[in-house]
Amino acid sequence: MSNKPSIVFIKGLWNENPVFRQVLGICSTLAVTNLLANTLFMCFGVIFVTALSNFTISLIRNYIPKRTRMIVQVLIIASFVMIVDIIIKALAPEIHRFIGPYVGLIITNCIIMGRAEAFASQNKPVISLVDGLACGCGYSLILIAIACIREPLGFGTILGYTLPAKELWWHQWTIMVMPPGAFFMLASFTWFTRSLTAPKSETK
Amino acid sequence: MVGSENLSFIGSLALIFISAAFTDNVLLARFLGMCSCLGVSKKVDTSTGLGVAVIFVTASTAALNFLVYKYILIPLGLEYLRLITFIIVIAAFVQFVEMVVERFSPKLYNALGIFLPLITVNCAILGISLFMLNKPYNFVQAFFFGLGGGFGWFLAIILIGGIREKIKESALPKGLAGPGITLIIIGIMSLAFVGFSGMIKI
Repeated sequence: MSNKPSIVFIKGLWNENPVFRQVLGICSTLAVTNLLANTLFMCFGVIFVTALSNFTISLIRNYIPKRTRMIVQVLIIASFVMIVDIIIKALAPEIHRFIGPYVGLIITNCIIMGRAEAFASQNKPVISLVDGLACGCGYSLILIAIACIREPLGFGTILGYTLPAKELWWHQWTIMVMPPGAFFMLASFTWFTRSLTAPKSETK
Repeated sequence: MVGSENLSFIGSLALIFISAAFTDNVLLARFLGMCSCLGVSKKVDTSTGLGVAVIFVTASTAALNFLVYKYILIPLGLEYLRLITFIIVIAAFVQFVEMVVERFSPKLYNALGIFLPLITVNCAILGISLFMLNKPYNFVQAFFFGLGGGFGWFLAIILIGGIREKIKESALPKGLAGPGITLIIIGIMSLAFVGFSGMIKI
């Protein structure tokens, strides 16, 4: 088990990617990916919270009593989520109105609790920070990829800009911006990436 | 006059319940509670256990959080603390229920016990409390919103559990087995539930 920062980073980003490897944090993955702009804000929030809560929990890991560690972790995570919530509200009130409840739901995003429990409570602060960053980035990678497909197909725009020569070839695929589209997209992504990396997981 | 007012109030409760359970299903339209759903829905009986626990906790915490928000946070001007307050209320409530059930009904505790801690981190519970704030509900309506939301989740997870029991034996492509196929099933179910939208407008 190597704990070099680069190895931990790659692991969180790809080999142990939270979304399609560990199937965590699905809820928000599906809900915000119909517009790329919403997705980017959500990713910022998740990276910020995973990295800093991992760091904080790791700093005080020796002082948290075992029995109450869950509630301590939830409180630390909730404080960071509140900061993100206020920042997004100040920077982009329009977007906040739409994704507001989902920002609050970062608290119960299982990726964050999972990393805090599995990694930060046993490792040193700096390496935990790297691990949190990596998991946040791995999550964002999938989110952005899904949003890049759903927004053009559903609205004919990308980041709010209209696609070139839209009226010539584009036909609105409404189902892509509705809930079922999200489920099908994520299913195909999981299928694709899992079959790509299938041999590796068998040797584990 | 009083009678007809009461009638329309009861009507609004029924509407809130049905719309929260079907047209606005937390799992299929709002994507909440997916993680525990994917983890637990392998069998019908475990799905039922978790579903019942979720109905009970969502309904009670939606009502509790409504009271806390309206009578404590708003008068004190502390709305920005709502996230942390709600999660504490939910965690404390779940802990309390666990203790009460353990004390008075060991049988129920054995059936429900393992599911209760899972509920604290179920985003459906916190989600329903947060969505409730966007709507102009009073106390009783908030309770019914939570009840309907919980019922919708219960319905969805039982249906998924039933289908997953059936497909367990089928031969699937390697990458698709597990979460992949479950997501496709949920997608198809969610298509069916989209059909409910337009039935009720609030």
